[in-house]
Formats: sequence, C-alpha cells, structure tokens
Amino acid sequence: MEKSVLLSSLQNIIEKASTVLPEDIRRALEKSFTEEREASVAKDTLGMIIESAVCSKESTRPICQDTGSILAIIKSRPDESIILIEEAIHEAVKILTRNGILRQNCVDPVTGQNTGDNTGKHVPQIHFVPIDGPTTVSVMLKGGGSENVSTQYSLPDSSLEAGRDLDGVRKCILDAVFKAQGKGCSPGILGVCVGGDRASGYLLAKEMLFRRLDDENPCKILGKLEETVMEQANSLGIGPMGLGGRTTLLGVKIGNAGRHPASFFVTVSYSCWAVRRISAELDSEGRISEWL
Amino acid sequence: MALRQISSPLSPETARSLKTGDRVLVSGRIVTARDQVHKYLASGGKSPIDLSGTILYHCGPVVIREDSSWRVIAAGPTTSMREEPYEAGLIRTYHPGAIMGKGGMGQNTLKALKEEGCVYLHLTGGAASYIARSIESVEEVHLLEFGQPEAMWVLKVSNLPALVTMDSFGNSLHADVESNSLQILKELLKTPFHRKSHS
Ligand code: SF4
Repeated sequence: MEKSVLLSSLQNIIEKASTVLPEDIRRALEKSFTEEREASVAKDTLGMIIESAVCSKESTRPICQDTGSILAIIKSRPDESIILIEEAIHEAVKILTRNGILRQNCVDPVTGQNTGDNTGKHVPQIHFVPIDGPTTVSVMLKGGGSENVSTQYSLPDSSLEAGRDLDGVRKCILDAVFKAQGKGCSPGILGVCVGGDRASGYLLAKEMLFRRLDDENPCKILGKLEETVMEQANSLGIGPMGLGGRTTLLGVKIGNAGRHPASFFVTVSYSCWAVRRISAELDSEGRISEWL
Repeated sequence: MALRQISSPLSPETARSLKTGDRVLVSGRIVTARDQVHKYLASGGKSPIDLSGTILYHCGPVVIREDSSWRVIAAGPTTSMREEPYEAGLIRTYHPGAIMGKGGMGQNTLKALKEEGCVYLHLTGGAASYIARSIESVEEVHLLEFGQPEAMWVLKVSNLPALVTMDSFGNSLHADVESNSLQILKELLKTPFHRKSHS
C-alpha cells in the first residue's frame, strides 16, 4: 500500500465519520419526529437534531462538538500494510484535529495536559483482526457523555431482582436506560453484550453499535429481546434529551459471548443519537474501493 | 408556548421571572465553563472575568485559529451533571444569571437556583451546527492553559434557542421525568420476558 494514498483515504474516512450522520440513523430520527406529539418539546428537540445534522453535512462540520474517542478496527491479511494503516490513522487524526474536524480529545490523566492532537498512550484505539480477505477499516467516534453512562452488570443482581437468564438481561438493560435519563443525549442506541468477561464485554458491546439499525439479529431469541427492550424502553417516557416523550431509544443491538461458569456479565454500551460509525474497503494501493 | 427574548447578562428580575417550560432566545455575552474551570473556581481560583448575571455555559467548543482571531466550529452543550458537586458554591459566590448545559442538574444546584434567583437553561446535546449558527464571535478567551475545550470562552450569541428546565421556584423538568419513568420502570420489571414467540 502507498503511504500518501492511505493517508488521504483515512482522512476521508474519519472526516466523513465526524461530519455525516449515517443514513439509517437519520431515517430513524425522521420517523421518530413524525411520531412525537405536535408542538411538544420532544418534537422540537428532534427537529433541531435533524436540522443540525443536515447543516453539519452541508458545511463539513462535526455533527457534535464532542467528536468522541476514536476507535478503529482494521481487518486485513496479516502483512506489513497493517503498520502503514496504523500510521496513516495517527497522521490523519492529527491533520483533522488541526482542521477543526476533530476536537482535542486526549488528556494525559497523570499530568492533566491535553496532548492537543488527539493522539496519546493507546489513543486512538486501534484493533487489528486478521482475516483472509480484502482490507476493511471501520471507525467509530463515540461521545464522552454517552460513554459515561455506559455500564456493566453482574448477574444475579438483587437490587433489580435480575437472575441469570434473559429476563435478568432485560432488567439490566432497562435499568441502564433509566439511569442514563437524558445524560447520554437520548434518543440513544444500545450496544449490548451478554456474557464475556469484564474487558471483552465492553468491547463487544461497543462493536454492536456498528450494526445498522435495520439489520436482523442472526440469533432469533436475541432478536426478540431487542424488540422487547426497545418497546419497553420507549414506554419509559424519558424522551429526547430526557425532556419527556416517546423516543428514548432508536435501536437496541444485542450480541453474546461465552462466559465463565462463575460470571454472567451484561454490558451496555450507550451511544447518543450522534453515533458516528463508518466502514470502508481498501484496495491494494490503499484507495477506498467501497463504502460499506 | 411563549418564546421570550432574553439577553445575557440577565437582570435578577428576568432570572426570577423565568419558569420551567419557557422557551427562550438568548442574545448577548455568555461564558463557557466545564470541568476544569469548575474545579479551579471551587478550589479557590479567581474568575478572570465578572460573572454576575451572565450565562455560564457547560461547553467544550471546537475552535480554530484564523489569522488573529478565533472561529467557533461547533459548540454544543456538555453533560451538566458532572458539575453538580461545584455548581451550588459557584452560584453563591459568583451570582450568574443562568447555568446552561444539557441533561439537567441535581438537588443542590436546584436549591442554589432558588436561593440566588438563577435558572437552568437546556440546549439540545449534539445539535452543534445548529447552535454554532447563533454564535457570532469569540470576544475573549481565558484559562487557555486548561486546553482548548476546557478554557473559558467568552462568546457573543444571538437568538440562541434554549428551554428553561429548572427554575428559581424549585421546579425541575428533569426530576419530573425521572420520577415518572421510575414508576413505569417498576412495572416493567415485573413483567417477565418470554423467550418463546407465540407461534
Ligand atoms: S453524548 Fe453524543 S450528542 Fe451528546 S454531547 Fe456527547 S457526543 Fe455529542
């Protein structure tokens, strides 16, 4: 792969992630807008969100001033191109931060200093998945406000009377939505991992947010749980920004991972409506061959 | 619903007259203050500017330097609740006219709003471009050593739409929504999930 080609591809990918709201999210917001009561705060709020997203796209401005934490997942054959892609991500992030497409979002927790360019220890977060196929890069920019209300439960949970079964999982998810209220910028989208350990749970839950809102869960039972939670969460009346209304969630995506017999974690990754995710396939030169 | 024009700094009478549910259009000078500034002021740091009557905005903007001036690219609200431990003290010391952010604040702030005649204004989280249109210019910047998102930006705004969600009468829309949703949650927790569909 060619260094300069890769850099421009990565710049393109990350810029688009920060400034263009994914189609499926926009459609879901528009649908919710029509479902809220006339002249309600909820309808007003959704209208503002939709208008703001249009304006961001047209003027190539960040959808939200919190351009989030950067997560990149590279899937590729294990060859030297991975290192090149990793370097290109770092470089692209620095350039986009200078251009105001990304906010300076990396603070050294020891010194308290902002690194100023969005790079630092383990930042941006880059994961590599070896596959035998074409190279793809997926990027997610996740806001701090919504990350702060993401949470993990360990079943059984006596305060919720939640046992080690799917009904217990349901209770945890509803509790997470209740606790978040408007603080994660609802309407939210939930990525959930049932099982795994404390570390893999958070990562897999976050990865669920890459799924399109209109996809179908390959596991029928989890699909049904997604539907149930979605309906019940939207009956809580929390609404957009927690100011009341019917639209508390835009989607629920539940995945699973094997668990240790002693552990049963339920991890909820809460994303605000401004979920910024994008995936692209790269050709052998490093050019974007397809948006996925 | 009534749409009122207010200008910052607010007079004490204006602040006291605003009620939860009022929609307002804000014009004038507002000042950003988020985590670092709150911590700094709470631990005895002096505010570099007079805050009385002004709107204190929980926001970490994206700002870029253009020649000799600053340009705001995006400036939506950040979660206000993180400032809950500091806000009441800050309101009592500096007497701002309003606190503006997203997500609402807790009982301590609500109490201070009542005592000092201050209100909480809510902006839509993430509607950064929409909000940026109402920001006319950057007038000053202080405490830039905290990093760009954490500095105190003095912004000139015009017709910025906001909603009063906590007022000086002890009302909080956030508390209302939370207690209603808690009742519904309790009911939902009682109805079990059946893994089998009806077929
Ligand atoms: S939670 Fe999302 S929409 Fe809200 S401020 Fe953060 S990034 Fe923006």
